Amino acid sequence: MTGSALIERLIMTDLTALTLSDALDGLNSKEFSSEEITTSFIQAIEAANPSLNAYVVQTPEKAISMAKASDERRAKGEAGLLDGAPLGIKDLFCTEGVRTTACSHILGEFTPPYESTVTANLWREGAVMLGKLNMDEFAMGSSNETSYYGDVINPWRRNDGGNAKLTPGGSSGGSASAVAADLCLAATASDTGGSIRQPASFTGTVGIKPTYGRASRFGMVAFASSLDQAGPIAKSVKDAALMLNVMCSHDQKDSTSLKVEQPDWTKAVGEPVKGMKIGVPKEYRVDGMPEEIEKLWQQGIDWLKEAGCEIVDVSLPHTKYALPAYYIVAPAEASSNLARYDGMRYGLREDGGNLTEIYQNTRADGFGAEVKRRLMIGTYVLSAGYYDAYYLKAQKVRTKILQDFKNVFEEVDALLTPTCPSSAFALGERNDDPIAMYLNDVFTVTANLAGLPGISVPVAQDSQGLPMGLQVIGKALDESACLRVAAQLETSSGFNAKPGKWW
Amino acid sequence: MSVTKQDVQKVARLARIALPEDQAEPMTQELNNILNWIEQLAEVDVDGVEAMTSVVETSLPMREDVITDGGIQDKVLANAPRSEDGFFVVPKVVE
Repeated sequence: MTGSALIERLIMTDLTALTLSDALDGLNSKEFSSEEITTSFIQAIEAANPSLNAYVVQTPEKAISMAKASDERRAKGEAGLLDGAPLGIKDLFCTEGVRTTACSHILGEFTPPYESTVTANLWREGAVMLGKLNMDEFAMGSSNETSYYGDVINPWRRNDGGNAKLTPGGSSGGSASAVAADLCLAATASDTGGSIRQPASFTGTVGIKPTYGRASRFGMVAFASSLDQAGPIAKSVKDAALMLNVMCSHDQKDSTSLKVEQPDWTKAVGEPVKGMKIGVPKEYRVDGMPEEIEKLWQQGIDWLKEAGCEIVDVSLPHTKYALPAYYIVAPAEASSNLARYDGMRYGLREDGGNLTEIYQNTRADGFGAEVKRRLMIGTYVLSAGYYDAYYLKAQKVRTKILQDFKNVFEEVDALLTPTCPSSAFALGERNDDPIAMYLNDVFTVTANLAGLPGISVPVAQDSQGLPMGLQVIGKALDESACLRVAAQLETSSGFNAKPGKWW
Repeated sequence: MSVTKQDVQKVARLARIALPEDQAEPMTQELNNILNWIEQLAEVDVDGVEAMTSVVETSLPMREDVITDGGIQDKVLANAPRSEDGFFVVPKVVE
């Protein structure tokens, strides 16, 4: 390599380490072009993906052509809010002409002839697509181990020298791993029970799930329709706000999409938190929670106090029922949504002696073990005679959980909790017991059931050197409060650790 | 409430998922573990409580009853496992 080529190479490598906001500043001030930063990301993905398996589809040619078009727009002074920024897209979002399978075998080589609203919003503002990101099959999982395309590896490793492969969390494991390893500036993700916030916590990244209905579900592969919500995983709170601004919109193609005013969420970042009332729910102190998580939480409380917040002890008495209610509602809705995979119009079709056998063989072969388990649970709780006892009961418990939140939000502006009961665990460590895996979502699932916005922000590393996040839950439609408090935690903690590059 | 192997086989049929005989027993075990765990919801008193529909007060939007999409036969068929002359080709359904 000649001297100038080496320097160029170093510059290109560094570009991937930028935050989305800084990269957009660099593009605006013409320090580098979109083609340059996109090329750096393509090279970084090529080098890292064999080790991390974050991307299941790479679209380098599409990325370069989108980047060139962006550079032309910028030269003409027509740049959009994310113009030229290379992003990764969770494989749950339909992308026109690019394979989308929600990492399930049953979708085969499904190539959508249409674009999801969330991704269309991103492209309209000039963003560049690097490829599709790995995930748990149909977003059912908390460790990215249910993907048909293999496990995603967390770029973080324990500091014990053992180099055990850790999970990046799930279901948005590919999104979290890619953002943490600088394989995109930011990524789309989705959250049905914690699938944005838990992986963000496991990878030292920021993830926000907005209020249910803020982001359109059109073109998102459905898991549980009353819980699914799109949101970003990003490198900073400001980046998350910027992504959220573009991803969310009212959409006629999704009848649950809210027709409400959408503020500029970046304005909430950096706004002083002085005088805010922050609730600390006692029920989030669960049995067997590691002392480190407890300490982290207390540290968060102290930071917010120092910043002028008033801390209020609150009670959300139905918290313990959230996960069991979730494991009725989500599988029930999944069993209905996934009935569409019959092998007739798209995706996999297996042989069989008659039509019923074809359905049964297609679905037995196309779905993985966890998906089948949930479809069985869902079919059972919706079957004749059980609907009232299970599904209706769970929906009523949801009302109680929402009421708990409404009660405390009369008194406080936001809630502070840990994001997860642990830091990232090793692959294969929690596969024996589905319920142990489900417990990962114990702190995040309540916000899905109640439809509330929640954000995870990294604030510390545990004794193993792994990142840990705190969660801020806000009132319905008050993403601004979440972002405001999260930004304060980001500042107070000064967290800026990155995983050592071993890949 | 717990399920038997026969219940599980029935549910598998309803879900249209082939369940080989040797997998029925382990699946029964797994489902019972999950269902037993879910049972704790019985403790919650939900008398007079409405089932939750939406977190934000909202009513289903209405739109003009006009055609908004269509005329994309090629796109509709593009991902079909089998298609012919503008139709999906499916297994024989009626004898």
